[in-house]
Amino acid sequence: MGNAIELKGITKVFGEVVANNKVDLTVREGEILAILGENGSGKTTLMNMLSGIYYPDAGQIFVHGKEVSIRSPKDAFDLGIGMIHQHFKLVDVLTAAENIVLGLPGQGKLDRKAISAQIGEISGKYGFEIDPARKIYDMSVSEKQTVEIVKVLYRGADVLILDEPTAVLTPQETDKLFQILKTMAADGKSIIIITHKLHEVMSVSNRVAVLRKGEYIDTVNTPETNPQALTDMMVGHAVTLNIDRPEPRDPVDRLAVEALTCVNGEGVTVLKDVSFTARSGEILGIAGIAGSGQKELCEAIAGLQPVQQGHVYYTPAEEGKDREDLIGKDPMAIRDLGVSLAFVPEDRLGMGLVASMGMAGNMMLRSYRSGKSLLVDRRSPRELAEVVMKQLEVSAPDVTDTPVRRLSGGNVQKVLVGREIASAPTVLMAAYPVRGLDINSSYTIYRLLNEQKEKGVAVIYVGEDLDVLLELCDRILVLCGGQVSGVVEGRTATKEQVGLMMTQVRGKEGAK
Amino acid sequence: MSGAVHQEPLVRIAKRDSMPRGKAWGVRGLSLLLALAAGGLLVLVLGHNPLAVYGDLVKGALFTKVALRETVKITIPLLGTALAIAPAFKMKFWNIGAEGQIMAGAIASTYFALFWADRLPGAALLMVMALAAIAAGALWGLLPAVFKAKWGTNETLFTLMLNYIILGVEKYFQNGPWKAPTSSFPKIAMFAPAAQLPKVFGVHIGWIIVLAATVLMFLYLRYSKQGYEIYVVGESEATARYAGMNVPKIIMRTMLLSGGLAGLMGFLTVSGADGTLTENTAGGVGFTAITVAWLAKLNPFAMVAIAFGLAILQKGSNTIQTNFKIPASASEVLTGILLFFMLGCEFFINYRLIFRGKGENRG
Repeated sequence: MGNAIELKGITKVFGEVVANNKVDLTVREGEILAILGENGSGKTTLMNMLSGIYYPDAGQIFVHGKEVSIRSPKDAFDLGIGMIHQHFKLVDVLTAAENIVLGLPGQGKLDRKAISAQIGEISGKYGFEIDPARKIYDMSVSEKQTVEIVKVLYRGADVLILDEPTAVLTPQETDKLFQILKTMAADGKSIIIITHKLHEVMSVSNRVAVLRKGEYIDTVNTPETNPQALTDMMVGHAVTLNIDRPEPRDPVDRLAVEALTCVNGEGVTVLKDVSFTARSGEILGIAGIAGSGQKELCEAIAGLQPVQQGHVYYTPAEEGKDREDLIGKDPMAIRDLGVSLAFVPEDRLGMGLVASMGMAGNMMLRSYRSGKSLLVDRRSPRELAEVVMKQLEVSAPDVTDTPVRRLSGGNVQKVLVGREIASAPTVLMAAYPVRGLDINSSYTIYRLLNEQKEKGVAVIYVGEDLDVLLELCDRILVLCGGQVSGVVEGRTATKEQVGLMMTQVRGKEGAK
Repeated sequence: MSGAVHQEPLVRIAKRDSMPRGKAWGVRGLSLLLALAAGGLLVLVLGHNPLAVYGDLVKGALFTKVALRETVKITIPLLGTALAIAPAFKMKFWNIGAEGQIMAGAIASTYFALFWADRLPGAALLMVMALAAIAAGALWGLLPAVFKAKWGTNETLFTLMLNYIILGVEKYFQNGPWKAPTSSFPKIAMFAPAAQLPKVFGVHIGWIIVLAATVLMFLYLRYSKQGYEIYVVGESEATARYAGMNVPKIIMRTMLLSGGLAGLMGFLTVSGADGTLTENTAGGVGFTAITVAWLAKLNPFAMVAIAFGLAILQKGSNTIQTNFKIPASASEVLTGILLFFMLGCEFFINYRLIFRGKGENRG
């Protein structure tokens, strides 16, 4: 088989930053090529040049052996290159079919029947499940992703680029997606998949190309390599892939959640009769399929979510103080008690940080209300920002002027977690703190959480990656459809066991 | 697949990282010159000497005491209303209802001017009029805020439509209950002297009030806790909620402030500038103020300069209309050209064009 795409000496510079430096890359027809690299290694920039969003400063692009120039996404489509972005580009109020044909040339009138038939044909061929008449806002994340992929195929793409497609999927959905990708590759399509997750690279790809700091390192055949070798290539030196798990030291109950029930704005019960305890000096993991109530649970404890029933009893660390119920307190009062929440949403910035403010301004979010003065105190947040920057090794030009949106994802998350840690919490809830982070930054976050644990903080870690949860946490609470399906010991539980609990509540089918 | 695709596009648009301040002001200065040149062409076509026309424009707005006072009088509500809009816009609450909030304030103070002038001592009367104006404007601003905070309605449409409602209310009073008995036209009587604002240096004291408001608004937005909350809510409501802020309360509080200040401008106009209430009391100030606030990037001190600049244009164009017999529409075109260039140059400050073969490797 020939080469679908060949890049030669591609260079792209943004101001001072060299995003790609003389990158060579070959994608064969009918293969799945994984592109691996840490944050800021230039993966997305490179793919954006293939899909016509950026234009390279130097270098050549060959498609099926012919040199081309890709000036716009339309050029890319004309060449059969389609990209599925991390953030979906769909119109919510339109149906799947309307989104799929959106922007295509054609007569004024939509022939819905013909379009549906064509979508059906594509779906049947590769195993998608899609209802062309459904509106996007009714769809789950994985269904939206399916629409994006079908959209690209409908336009006749034979090279598909997927930018971190599994970041938002459950393990089951990921397996399904990989099955489809393999079917497509077998059909002769070329697939490029950008990902951080090494086990996914190992399970789905034929070859792996590694980028580091904008430079192309090498491409290796997947069967001939292993996660450790890939990590070393990616980071540039040998790293250990083990996460520390110190033994908890005299844990005491810090937070006792009792029969917590929450109903959301639409009247759906999002948490049902949830009970558990979080102890000082240990990390309690929370596992579950996306949308099983993790967010609502954290928000309910933090006072951000209305609660129908139940109690959250908090026992202060000071001697002789009685436990008190957090339900009914306002979020600021709960924070002042030492219960702190760092939530990293899918877009990373939307909750907890103000993208256009500098680090100091963001530190202020927590402290601005202190004192009686009408004016804000700007000095102490700036000092705090400097401390966080130094201790957590945040790389930023300064703490006041550079907006945090300019920082890389890893640094942004360090700022967020660092701010919560700096308030010396007694209960630290970290929801998805490593979302989208590369290996080095993730390990920094794990180290920070472990430090808190050793200081006697009750850490609650909401995670997506089961492997990490099993390595990091002392106990794991498994949620399914807003209910607790059990608590397991992190040291003895298996992935299969937790995976099963994620879909079933005590032997019953998950209520959803 | 088109045939000859192996070519870079002729022009590409790319977002700039950020332009150094000095350079940005250079661009603005240059576009002002270009605007004057383009406007000069228009004047030439009309058969006049551009330099003479521009000269008279400035002279007519600044060079005599009367003219200068007139220009300052135009500046006052423009600046004050731009200040009123600033906190709302900072919160990304698009209050385009300042026009209506001015009118609400004007109506409320007119009520006291007409019916309480002989019952209250002078200073108290003016104070009551001012407070009534603030309260009415605040209420008119609060209404859309409540709906936005509670039910997520669109504030742009809401505030816009409220403008027409309050204008209708004004017309009702003017044609009915408040119509001056001695007049055959439907108009409201001039206020009693006690209900008119005193003058300092020949202009009603509104100018002192708006200058004080400028400083206060700057401090409020930049250094106060509430100003910080406004900024956070504007950037991300979710973040504000996670920080424990009461977002609905902040939205409503900010619109009370925004509407209240706009209402006060209504009071300054009826009691200071016009001496009575007409359907032109707001006279588009609520909309022009949006231009002022936007050009000033919501910086109160920059608003002073821009409001004054626009007032010069407005007053000066009256002068050139009389001096050169230039039609009013032409002088409006001249103002339009200036605004077009000034707003348009922001594009070049935020974006840059890359021509074929130039690459992207430059600031």
